[in-house]
Amino acid sequence: MTKPVLSVRNLEVEFVTRRATLRAINGVSFDIAKGEVLGVVGESGAGKSVTGLAVIGLIDPPGRISSGEIELSGTRIDHLPPEEIRRVRGKRIGMIFQDPLTSLNPLYRIGDQIVETIRTHSNLSESAARRRAIDLLAEVGIPAPEKRIDGYPHEFSGGMRQRVVIALAICAEPELIIADEPTTALDVSVQAQIIALIKRLGRDHGTAVMLVTHDMGVIAETCDRVAVMYSGRIAEIGPVQEVVRNPLHPYAKGLMGAIPTLAGEDKRLVQIPGAMPRLSAIPPGCPFNPRCAFVFDRCRVERPEPIRQGDQSVACHLFEPAKETAA
Amino acid sequence: MLAFTLRRFLQAIGVMLAVGVIAFAMFRFAGDPVNQIVSIDTSAAQRAEIRHSLGLDDPVLVQFGRYFINALQFKFGVSYQFRLPVSSLLAERMPATLELAIVATIFAMVAGILMGVYSALRRDTVLARLFQAISLIGISLPTFLIGILLIYLFAVTLGWLPSFGRGEVVKLGWWSTGLLTVSGWKAIIMPAITLGLFQMTLIMRLVRAEMLEVLRTDYIRFARARGLTTRAIHFGHALKNTLVPVITVAGLQFGSVIAFSIITETVFQWPGMGLLFVQAVQNVDIPIMAAYLLMVSLIFVTINLVVDILYTVVDPRLRSTVGRAA
Amino acid sequence: MSDAVVPHRAEDHRAPAGWFRRALDSDIFYSFRRSRLTMVAAAITLLFFLLAISASWLAVQNPFDPAQLQLMNSRIAPLWTADGQSPFLLGTDEQGRDVLSAILYGLRISLAVGIAGVVFAGALGIALGLVAGYFGGVIDTVIMRIADVQLTFPAILIALLVNGVAKSLLGNRLDEMSTLGVLVIAIGLSFWVQYARTVRGSVMVEKNKDYVAAAQLIGLPAPKIMFRHVLPNTMGPILVIATINLALAIITEATLSFLGAGMPDTMPSLGTLIRIGNNYLFAGEWWIVAFPGIALAGLILSINLLGDWLRDALNPKLR
Repeated sequence: MTKPVLSVRNLEVEFVTRRATLRAINGVSFDIAKGEVLGVVGESGAGKSVTGLAVIGLIDPPGRISSGEIELSGTRIDHLPPEEIRRVRGKRIGMIFQDPLTSLNPLYRIGDQIVETIRTHSNLSESAARRRAIDLLAEVGIPAPEKRIDGYPHEFSGGMRQRVVIALAICAEPELIIADEPTTALDVSVQAQIIALIKRLGRDHGTAVMLVTHDMGVIAETCDRVAVMYSGRIAEIGPVQEVVRNPLHPYAKGLMGAIPTLAGEDKRLVQIPGAMPRLSAIPPGCPFNPRCAFVFDRCRVERPEPIRQGDQSVACHLFEPAKETAA
Repeated sequence: MLAFTLRRFLQAIGVMLAVGVIAFAMFRFAGDPVNQIVSIDTSAAQRAEIRHSLGLDDPVLVQFGRYFINALQFKFGVSYQFRLPVSSLLAERMPATLELAIVATIFAMVAGILMGVYSALRRDTVLARLFQAISLIGISLPTFLIGILLIYLFAVTLGWLPSFGRGEVVKLGWWSTGLLTVSGWKAIIMPAITLGLFQMTLIMRLVRAEMLEVLRTDYIRFARARGLTTRAIHFGHALKNTLVPVITVAGLQFGSVIAFSIITETVFQWPGMGLLFVQAVQNVDIPIMAAYLLMVSLIFVTINLVVDILYTVVDPRLRSTVGRAA
Repeated sequence: MSDAVVPHRAEDHRAPAGWFRRALDSDIFYSFRRSRLTMVAAAITLLFFLLAISASWLAVQNPFDPAQLQLMNSRIAPLWTADGQSPFLLGTDEQGRDVLSAILYGLRISLAVGIAGVVFAGALGIALGLVAGYFGGVIDTVIMRIADVQLTFPAILIALLVNGVAKSLLGNRLDEMSTLGVLVIAIGLSFWVQYARTVRGSVMVEKNKDYVAAAQLIGLPAPKIMFRHVLPNTMGPILVIATINLALAIITEATLSFLGAGMPDTMPSLGTLIRIGNNYLFAGEWWIVAFPGIALAGLILSINLLGDWLRDALNPKLR
């Protein structure tokens, strides 16, 4: 097997505040292979976005990566000097943020913003970069790109702006794209197009994609594998078919049960009682234990480690015996 | 765009009309124009005759119309003190005030932007804290105290700079400039700093606050995620977005600079319109006061208009929304 | 809905003792104790007020009384210099006026004009704001347009104009006390806009609330009820504006007096003292201008620091 494009091992991210040190990410590990789309799901505050920001090195003080390793195609990129991680950003990792309306500088023409990015990462001439920018805009599906390139961001619709943002993210042919809730701020009608675009670009260029979202529908439709995050940990990770059809972790079960399906209209949607704990009040043991229907004593004291279950990996004490029999 | 400009223009005319009414009321009711002409021993009958010949017994509206038409031709009557037409007095003094105000504004903008950008980017350094302290003092100390302090340091104690006047002046047609001689430049340093200090403080605080705000925006984060250099992010993206509101404020402040030059000109005996105005207030020379009010208002209103229009040029968003609304 | 509930708790107004106790453990008082600079500023401000109040007991002479000034005592340097003479701690000016006494009495004038000017501006602004907000329509438009226009002009220009016009109208009848009055009016007319805007905004918000309609339905006088709610709501912002404006008013008075359009030499404020002293700077008699200058700067700086802190402390309630 070839080396994965992205390999994250035991990542921890802390935010040091005056009162306490809050651990936003606690021992997260996952890989993304070339051309693979990994979906990352979870409620708001589960640490999905922070994971993405940590990979691209945009965790700002008071936050910091306190331990763990991040490897991009075999080279460590956590704790690189600022100038070196900057060269990785945009060139080897492209990022797409949630809100296309605020992601583009309103005072610059979109062409200038693309050309600026291209020329930062290559030594193309101004005119060559501009030609490349027009090609990119065409590739992301902007009609009449040679005209639109001189437009200002406010002259584009939300969906079109997100296409521009995607063009900016891929303009240096990155190995990895991190898309942080790329469709949340968009109209429902546009969401599918943007997702399809990201998927197509990933496939055409062999780019690995980390797709952060809380939309299970998007995950089921787009991703090859999915990681379910809860309170800064990965509760379950595995191929998307298995995780959606046969979730193992009680939280993942609840999450999958919360997807409305056309087929099962008579079934009531499952609700997970309670809310995810705040970072300052994560319970000992398994963070999900106060809300878990299958909770037992061990969950309240001991933190569950990821356990392999076929292609899936799940952090839950319910699956401990299986591991023992396997051993 | 055109409709917007037109609306702005009409508003400006409205403001000028209102100020004109005030100036006229001052001219007509606070000061007695007859006093401009007569001496103490003029009899009551002669006064009445002059009053009639000046049209002062016409209906007030007619008088206002006349004052207004005269003002449009820059005829503001005759100064009580100097017995000279106010317009020629103002014209003679205007170059001094404008030169001082322009030099002060340039100083304020350059120093204010540099200090503001520095204290936003290097927030916790000693120098940034020093700038903050300077800004507090700049806002707190009355202008005339700063002027006196500078005079004491650089004119009285060190003897480097002249304490009053414009230095050697060169005539360029009707415009007299001090900016072509060494002594003129020496003379303008202290007044310009005194006058510009308050604006500098204002601009510095504004730049700092705006820049910190801009650095938190999504497009700056996205610019970082695109791997742009820190320099490109700070001085390309962040600074450009910061400067849009700053330019507006600095532009609008130019009118205040001219008005505040009243104080600076008094401290440094700078022969400009402000000094003329202060002497007019001291000596109750109403025609000069009314004319000064009109002149300064005109400058204010013109600047506001220009800044509003410029703003739409700088910010593409406004350009098209304004255009669309029109 | 919840808007229909009359928002103010009655005990706020009825029990001053409870109010005071609550003030002591409020966030504002906490933030006050946290900031050492603010405490120093408050102490200095308080000291200036006390000095001004007790000026007649502390001063060695009454600088406003020409009979007490002796020319033989003129231009004496401060006490600690070689030429110093008791009892003139900070020296004397050209009229034999003790600089310290003049500062104490001048401080009193500066503070009196400043406070009276702020009170007048506040009363005018609040009244106009209430009227504009409540009646709306043409009245509102007229008042707010005037406010807009006036806000573009620096206060000092307006104050100078008011001063000049008053001088012209009153002529020789303008004695020291009426000059004081003119200054207060000039400052009041220059600084009312901010109050008016704040109060107007608050009235507009309150006017659309359900309880006003409800009060009208059951026949209660709506304006009275509204203002009873509007005024407490705007107290915080108004206090901040007033504090910051107090410093501005004092600067304005000092500037007018410095320009010779304020307090006369016979009844000098700090600004007048600085103008007088400025004439002797070149002769090396620095103390005549330096000490009034330091007093003025210290007073304004500490009031400004207080105002800054107050604004930050009340900020969550402001917006």
